[in-house]
Amino acid sequence: MDFLVFQYPMITVQACLDGILLGVLFALIAYGMALQWGVMNIINIAQGDLVILGGYIAYFMYLYGIHPAWGVIVAPVIMYFVGIAIYKLVINKVVDRDLFISILATFGISILFMQLMNFAFGADVVLANSGYGTTMLFDSNVVLPNSKIFSAFISILFAACLVIYMKKSKLGRAIRATAQNARAAKILGVDTEKVYAATFGINAALCGVAGALISITFTIHPYMGLPYTIRSFMIVIVAGLGNLPGVAMSGMGLGVFEEFADYILGTEFRIGSVFLLLVLILVYRRFKLSRKREYLK
Amino acid sequence: MNKNFILYAVILIFGLAAPFLFPAFKVQLSILCVLIVLATTWNIQGGEMGYNSFGNILFYGLGMYLCASVQVGMFFPLAEWTESGGEKTFVHTPTQFFQGMAVGLVVAAVVPTIVAGLIGYSILGLRGHYFAICTLGLGVAAGEISGGIEIIGAGQGFTTPPFPSVGSLEARGEFFYFLSFFTLVLTFIAVRSIYSTRFKLILNAIRDNEDKAEAMGIETMKYKIIGWMISAFFCGLAGGIMGGLVGYIDSTDVAFDGREMGVFMVLMAILGGKGTLWGPIIGATIFHIFKEGFWTFFLGWQYVALGVLIVVIVIYFPEGIMGWLREKYPERFGEVVDEKDRKAQVELK
Repeated sequence: MDFLVFQYPMITVQACLDGILLGVLFALIAYGMALQWGVMNIINIAQGDLVILGGYIAYFMYLYGIHPAWGVIVAPVIMYFVGIAIYKLVINKVVDRDLFISILATFGISILFMQLMNFAFGADVVLANSGYGTTMLFDSNVVLPNSKIFSAFISILFAACLVIYMKKSKLGRAIRATAQNARAAKILGVDTEKVYAATFGINAALCGVAGALISITFTIHPYMGLPYTIRSFMIVIVAGLGNLPGVAMSGMGLGVFEEFADYILGTEFRIGSVFLLLVLILVYRRFKLSRKREYLK
Repeated sequence: MNKNFILYAVILIFGLAAPFLFPAFKVQLSILCVLIVLATTWNIQGGEMGYNSFGNILFYGLGMYLCASVQVGMFFPLAEWTESGGEKTFVHTPTQFFQGMAVGLVVAAVVPTIVAGLIGYSILGLRGHYFAICTLGLGVAAGEISGGIEIIGAGQGFTTPPFPSVGSLEARGEFFYFLSFFTLVLTFIAVRSIYSTRFKLILNAIRDNEDKAEAMGIETMKYKIIGWMISAFFCGLAGGIMGGLVGYIDSTDVAFDGREMGVFMVLMAILGGKGTLWGPIIGATIFHIFKEGFWTFFLGWQYVALGVLIVVIVIYFPEGIMGWLREKYPERFGEVVDEKDRKAQVELK
């Protein structure tokens, strides 16, 4: 398998296209993470579990005979309220505290969600069949499922809508103001508590969309949440907070990296390579920063 | 001092007599010892140094795999052993078993320490949440990668050598109990002597303000790595013992079990009180009792309970039992409280 990538260039094309379509989805999740990280300074370990929960909503619609693509509309609405509920119950008590406290609290939520989903939906790997068929490219050497193209298109649509909403609407402006300086925003009459709740809700809704799309294009399983959290964290630290083109680019880059890791190392090392990449990126970042610090000396 | 001596003597005698007093709970008591070791050593760099790691599970799992591999590999071909799985084509004689275990435990303690020293320079430079997430990633990555390596059993797991038939039926439980209890005593003595030196003050300085500590002329990186290595040493040892105790190693469910053991050690230290000597010990004991109760009576719901427990402890009880006691009875902890201050505080409340 090792050198197939080089012997058959079409596999490279296939991996790149797959990776880019996958990366758009990652970027959507990472956008939600960047939003809440920037506004509330919280790293949500339960991000991936919210994604999987959104996926199960679409899956259940599929089971009851509704086309799973409608999950893209239903899942964010439900997930918005789930997000608000999580915020009211847990997050608002850890917003101003030590970062480690919030990491641990969301880790607890993550374990809770994982297990509740395991109870409710069973430990099977499931997917919602959209029946969209496939597209052949380059003399049917490259096969792309239409569902992947659909999911990338929907992700871009949602991200664009959100960007416009953030720029134009009153709540969007309030969210951006709170991200810049929570105290100043409070003085100017922004109800930061409401802004925080809305931010978390929007983040959960984005996760819901991404989850619904993942249940159509890939598979979902109650325990698959953590890799999505790690991927979105990685994308955010590579791109930086509030850098939307950066998030999109690094999301696609991560997708392509994963596809190649899958081809070259084998599927069993796919998740492992993602986590190792995270460690490598953090270490690289640390050395880059420390060099900067020494330079200042 | 004298009072403390009596306390230690009572605990030691109780610990030595425990397997004979409660013969049915030998395995549980051994696990408790291992949990206390893990919580106490997590506390060295989590509580005292302020570097909250989710990744000590890396050393624990590494120790577990190393101990078992050395124990098998010293006498038999490792690949064939794992291939035959549970079928037991090779049998250890008692001498081989104990020799292998001894060498295995040494390797299980030393190699993670070296690994910690090697990766420490690059990873301990990260601050705050970057460090936490990085170590979380490291632990999960180790689990995923070891699950793909054929020679240590890959996905199907690794059966550790069964205990040889020496002595009575109770011998296995007693052996592992005394092994883990001895490790616990060793850990306690080591940690206690560390906490009475300047080293602990340096770790606290790093926790309170790392830049200032550096400005005061402390080589923070050196001490951070040493603290992390001490943690790794005992984690590896605990992992090696736990591997023999459980008898079966799986990459993500037993060895690199970030969802269980990796969170447990953080939770136990926080429950008891971060940055205290006795806190993790008390926390681990209470947690283990609570956990066993839940695992027995609410089977299936244990992770739900665990998730709720984490959230509740972290939100409502972040200072832990020792922290709470310290706030309530500051004199007991050697802090001098002005009578006026106390009255003022009472009035404020």
